[in-house]
Amino acid sequence: MNDASNNFKLLKVTPSEGFREAFILHLADNSLIMGHRLSEWTGHGPMLEQDIAISNIALDLIGQSRNFYQYAAQLININNEREVSKTLYPGEDLNEAVATEDSLAYLRDANEFKNILLVELPNGDWAKTIMKLFLFSVYQLYFYQKLIDSSDKQLAAIAEKSLKEVTYHVRWSSEWVIRLGDGTDESHKRISNALEDLWSFTGEMFQPADYENSLLQKRISITVSELKNDWQNKVRNVFEEATLMYPEENIWMQTGGKNGTHTEHLGYILAEMQFLQRAYPRCEW
Amino acid sequence: MQLTKENITIDAAWKLMNEINDPEIPVLSITDLGIVRDIKLNEIEIEIFITPTYSGCPAMNVIAMNIRMILWQNEFKKIKITQQLSPAWTTDWMTEAGKQKLKSYGIAPPVGKSFDKNYLEKLLVECPHCHSMNTKLISQFGSTSCKALYQCNDCLEPFDYFKCH
Repeated sequence: MNDASNNFKLLKVTPSEGFREAFILHLADNSLIMGHRLSEWTGHGPMLEQDIAISNIALDLIGQSRNFYQYAAQLININNEREVSKTLYPGEDLNEAVATEDSLAYLRDANEFKNILLVELPNGDWAKTIMKLFLFSVYQLYFYQKLIDSSDKQLAAIAEKSLKEVTYHVRWSSEWVIRLGDGTDESHKRISNALEDLWSFTGEMFQPADYENSLLQKRISITVSELKNDWQNKVRNVFEEATLMYPEENIWMQTGGKNGTHTEHLGYILAEMQFLQRAYPRCEW
Repeated sequence: MQLTKENITIDAAWKLMNEINDPEIPVLSITDLGIVRDIKLNEIEIEIFITPTYSGCPAMNVIAMNIRMILWQNEFKKIKITQQLSPAWTTDWMTEAGKQKLKSYGIAPPVGKSFDKNYLEKLLVECPHCHSMNTKLISQFGSTSCKALYQCNDCLEPFDYFKCH
């Protein structure tokens, strides 16, 4: 044990970020956690090309999250007079603490993360990973298509940048859903099971959190419930080609992630992802 | 060319940018790729605007460092590098010279323009080795974010294709 880790204290101020910061963190967390999950496949993909593909997609998503975190950090630092959730490194004074993309990704605890539950679920087999990525990528596609018109110029710019990448993710994951659904009995069974496991986590995407609602009037956020039709149509078309049954829509849906109430899985992700920064604060390589 | 604070001009700065190569595709300069969007110069500092090719492109840090180095070596000490996300980078900005350099390096240059919505659909990519048009997509994702993996059905060589983006 070195001195730094002995002295390490987490000092937290009540998390009461502004709505805009919360919204940006929600988008950043979605991309980071999805990207981190996909990166777990690096070196384990079913074949080299697909290992590279899924690692590339993970890289795109982590890159998107960096853009969001950098912007959130910038706003948090400008609005310093506002009480902002800050987690401090050892020896750091609350008044001097500066938010950075790293402090936001590595020093917040599970209840401060605002990602939807879907992205934090374990990868399972290849079919489950593919289905999760597909459901999420189609959502991101329509989300970013709307966010391009945000009155917040930086959010619009990040959306414009990300949209091109997401278009590839949708295409790649759709092809895999079709390949597995319309493949062998075994692959059909696996992708059907994946869909059954994941379906109750899709409703959260279209249920706005308070911070999303309160930013609507200024046209900073978008109306997520309006994305549902496009999402359903796209998913339905791909499922049809994949010979998959489109599940019952009006079932009870899991929620909570957008407001910091997560499944137990997120804690394990953070334990792995944040370990180094917590054990060796500010370490770099 | 030795530049000093007195004689540096925007043109000279652009020429220096031409000398910086992409770390992952060393035959292309960052101006061939369209990564440098703008250069602004005033009495106290030079500001270089760069745009990432892909959000997670790990080359951006190296590129920013190389820009800093070359300007610094040329006697310019006050340097600001600003990341600009919009308009989003597109392969439409790649120079013709750049496309030719890619081809002779063994990477097929982007086909078509990104505003053409069919760019993701089936397209004909020429094999950079034997120039056959009889090629097939192996994987949409290649050794870097910006490339896909193709194979030539005639000479059977696999090759990288710089995706239209």
